[in-house]
Amino acid sequence: MNLNMTSIVMRRQLHSYFATPVAYVFILMFLVLSGVFSFYLGHFYEKGQADLNAFFNFHPWLYLFFMPAISMGLWSQERQLGTIELLMTLPIGHSNAVLGKFLAAWLFAGIALMLTFPIWVTVSYLGDPDHGVILAGYIGSWLMAGGFLAIGSCMSVCSKNQIVAFILTVVVCFLFMVSGVSMVLDTFSLAPQWVIDFVAGLSFLTRFDGIARGVLDIRDVVYFIALISLWLYLTKTFLQRVQAN
Amino acid sequence: MIRVKNLSMKFDDFTAVDDLSFDVAEGEVLGFLGPNGAGKSTTMKIISGFLQATSGEVSVCGLSVDRDPQKVQQIMGYLPEGAPAYSEMTVWAFLDFIAQVRGFSGDDKRQRLQAVIDQVQLQSVLHQVIDTLSKGFVRRVGLAQAIMHDPKVLILDEPTDGLDPNQKHQVRQLIKSLSKDKIVIISTHILEEVSAVCSRALIINQGKLLLDDHPEKLEKQSRYHNAICLQLSDNVEAAVKSLQGIANIESVEQLEERKYMLFPRGGQMLLPEVVRWLDKQSWQVESLHLEKGRLEDVFRQVTTQEPISQQEAC
Repeated sequence: MNLNMTSIVMRRQLHSYFATPVAYVFILMFLVLSGVFSFYLGHFYEKGQADLNAFFNFHPWLYLFFMPAISMGLWSQERQLGTIELLMTLPIGHSNAVLGKFLAAWLFAGIALMLTFPIWVTVSYLGDPDHGVILAGYIGSWLMAGGFLAIGSCMSVCSKNQIVAFILTVVVCFLFMVSGVSMVLDTFSLAPQWVIDFVAGLSFLTRFDGIARGVLDIRDVVYFIALISLWLYLTKTFLQRVQAN
Repeated sequence: MIRVKNLSMKFDDFTAVDDLSFDVAEGEVLGFLGPNGAGKSTTMKIISGFLQATSGEVSVCGLSVDRDPQKVQQIMGYLPEGAPAYSEMTVWAFLDFIAQVRGFSGDDKRQRLQAVIDQVQLQSVLHQVIDTLSKGFVRRVGLAQAIMHDPKVLILDEPTDGLDPNQKHQVRQLIKSLSKDKIVIISTHILEEVSAVCSRALIINQGKLLLDDHPEKLEKQSRYHNAICLQLSDNVEAAVKSLQGIANIESVEQLEERKYMLFPRGGQMLLPEVVRWLDKQSWQVESLHLEKGRLEDVFRQVTTQEPISQQEAC
């Protein structure tokens, strides 16, 4: 692992994100939708509570479509344009390339998330919220975004076509999201308890439920970091396989 | 020194490279020739560390590509086929990224970028997005990234493809000027390029090495080596028969009405005899041209089983 190389790859990828107006349109859409979700669907005002529960609760659903859009081009575009051959014959190494690209996507998501700060300002103006809880919510949300993006990075390696990568990511992320819902767990009703617990434990929704309320459990942090590491490792493995063919 | 030893590459049932072995020494410019799908690009991809060979070994300056790809990549500049580049970036931003990867920073980086940009003449498009560039410029951007760190080893896959004659000339001059105490491998299907820049040519087909020699020596294997193309002002009846009377002529072919190709026996020099003989005749000669030999002819001979077409222009 060479942090300098990782950082060079990351900066190039970030540069690419902002090279076209797509990034700005994307951020704008994200901000508008997160506002719409919290105010109309989450009844932010009507609740009359000085917290951002209404805002954070919709993040998993928002991310389900926004994060795959960020990650879909990470590798599939390189494969389509043939630049993967250039990238992988520069003395960068697989791990640095995979991590650098992922970090760029994660940072981009972080920028979009940070730009939602007016809602924090609003809630502080209207009431007296617990800022620690809100900060924990933001950190948890960003960690979850990382989980989505790591899955997206892996799906992006699997296809030359960005749209296919997008759809694959949505499907896999959806499965991870709903694995804790009783409807899904019922299908495992005959399985031993530890299987059910394991499947339920994979769920983004269950994990994020606590985070949205401001409880950033160390186990949740470990879960998301482990999830990111696993999917990035898979990205690297698939990348090597794709390169061989 | 690049050493390729018993290299094979199989994709499912298809064998792209079949037991290929060759060495390239410092100072050599190796031209890699072969029809499309012969395994040229695959071999270059293996040498550059992008693909892993099914079997065999490649070492570059004593380093194994298989075991130490990154170390090899540090001393190597590689231009992949089609010169891929990040199309949404400007030329400057792209080359800056390459310079950073190659370990340049600060003033060093600026100087190196400037030198490379001057060398491949990219000043006029520096702040243009790569996507909007013509094919020739994209290729030059690709070359610029390959030579950024003044590498010991240069692997260029079809470096002049898509360039106009002036640009081709320029790139060939550049390759020639770079090749001093470097190892350069270029693949091409433009045969004149091999004669123009390469000190050695390697012809492969179906992944197998067919010929490996100096381009001039390869040309000598052609039946056109030392052949004479003769054009007369007037139509002379029975000229073919008459020309066959010259000593050391193997055959005479009529190309056009007043145009003949005289093939020597065993590649011997015919010119003095032909001139002497023509002196004695009352024929008016419009043009006379001595052939060096045709690489294209040798290429076709070894890569196909087809008989060589009998009538070709001078």
